[in-house]
Amino acid sequence: MSDDKKKKLKLKVSAINEGTVIDHIPAKNLFKVISILGLDTIENQITFGTNLDSEKLGAKAIIKVADKFFEDHEINKIALIAPHAKLNIIRDYEVVEKKIVEIPSTIKGIVKCFNPKCITNNECITTCFKVIAKEPLALKCKYCEKITSEEQISIYK
Amino acid sequence: MKKDLISITDYTKQEYLRIMELAADFEANPNQELLKGKVVASLFFEPSTRTRLSFETAINRLGGRIIGFADPDSSSATKGETLHDTIKMVSNYADLIVMRHPLEGAARYAAEVSPVPVINAGDGANQHPTQTLLDMYSILKTQGTLDNMNIFMVGDLKYGRTVHSLLQAMSEFENPIFNFIAPEVLQMPRTYKLHLEEKGIRYFEHTEFTDIISAADIIYMTRVQKERFSDPIEYEKVKNVYILRNSMLKNTKPNVKILHPLPRVNEIHPDVDSNEKAYYFEQARNGVFTREAIIAHTMNLK
Repeated sequence: MSDDKKKKLKLKVSAINEGTVIDHIPAKNLFKVISILGLDTIENQITFGTNLDSEKLGAKAIIKVADKFFEDHEINKIALIAPHAKLNIIRDYEVVEKKIVEIPSTIKGIVKCFNPKCITNNECITTCFKVIAKEPLALKCKYCEKITSEEQISIYK
Repeated sequence: MKKDLISITDYTKQEYLRIMELAADFEANPNQELLKGKVVASLFFEPSTRTRLSFETAINRLGGRIIGFADPDSSSATKGETLHDTIKMVSNYADLIVMRHPLEGAARYAAEVSPVPVINAGDGANQHPTQTLLDMYSILKTQGTLDNMNIFMVGDLKYGRTVHSLLQAMSEFENPIFNFIAPEVLQMPRTYKLHLEEKGIRYFEHTEFTDIISAADIIYMTRVQKERFSDPIEYEKVKNVYILRNSMLKNTKPNVKILHPLPRVNEIHPDVDSNEKAYYFEQARNGVFTREAIIAHTMNLK
C-alpha cells in the first residue's frame, strides 16, 4: 500500500481546520467522554471514530471537535476514564500544540461515591473527592470519608 | 469562619488539649450561663437516647434553650423534606445545630448548608467526634496524661467508628502503643494500620483475648453490632467471642481502666462493674462536661 493511500485511509475521520483532536480514548469509554465534556449538547461540528486499532489500548476512539479549545481543568475531567488521552490542538490544519491529561487533586461531580449509605447517594448533592492515590486510583469522599477505589468507580450519566 | 465539629480530624492537637482543659473547668463548675439567650437545635434524624440526653444536659447546664426532635417520626423528614431544606430552615431559628443522622456524610453536608455551626452527634458508621473527645478526657483524667498509653481495643474493630476516631486522635500524642483484639472478620481496617505505620506507631494484632491485657493502660471494649452484618450466621459466630470478666483483670496494671462507649450488650460481664478498674459509667458522665466544652469552644464562649 502506498504511503499516500495509507494517509488517505487514516483520514477517514476527516481532518479539521481549527479545533481539538482527542486521541487514545479507550473505545468503551467514548460516550462517557462525550458526556463529561458536554459534547452532546454543543453545536460545533464533531466527528468521531471508535473501535480503531491501538497497540496500547486494544480498541481506541478518537474525537475531533471543530472550533473548540478546552481549558485544562475541563479536559482533566476525562483523566479518570481516559488516562492516556492525548490532545492535538489544530490551527489551519496543522498541529500547533500537544497536551496530555492529568488527574486533578480534587474531583467534583463526575464520579459516584461507592458507599450506598453516603448522603451524596441519597440526596441531590454534587460529589467531591480528594485524590489520595493516582496509580491505582483512590478517591476519598469529602462527605462520608470512605475511599472509592479504581474498580469501584462509576461515572454519573 | 464558623467552627464546626464534624470529624475528629477537624481539630488540631492544640484544640484537643483546649477541649480537655475546658472539660476540666466544666467538671469543676458545671453550671455556667454561657448560652443564656441562645437557642440550640437538637436534630436527631435517628434516635439515640444516650447521646441526646448528654447533649441536652450540657446545653441546659450552659443555660441555653433547645428546639428540635428526638426521632425522625416527629420531624418533617417523614414528609419527604430533604436534609438540605430542614437545615436551611432550622439554621434560621437556632444559633447552633447538634445533629445525628443515619447517613454517612450528612453532618459535613449540613455544615456546608448551614450558616450557624454544626456539631456532629454521629453520622451513620462514619464519625462521632464528641464520643472520641470524651474518651480522651476519660483517659487524661484517669491516667494524668495522653502520652505513652498502651491502648487495647477489643471487639468490632472493623465497623466500630469510635475505635477508628480514637486511634486517629491518640496517634497525635507521644509514643502510643495499640493492641487490637478482634476476630478475623472484624479486624482493624488496613487504612488505619497504614496511618499508624506512616507515623511510626507500634501496633499488634491478636485474635485471642488472653492475659496479654496485663500490659494495658486502657482497655477499650466495643459492642459487636448485629446491624453491621449482612450474614446473620457470621454474627452468631462472633457475638460471644470477646467477653470481659472480672477474673481476667487479676494480673492487669493497677492504673488500667476499662472504657466502653455504651450501650453494652454482653461484652462486659456485670461482675466487672464493681471492680474499680471499670470506668464506663464515669466515662458517660464525663460526656456532659466534654460536650459543654465543645459547645463553648464552637461558639467562642470561652
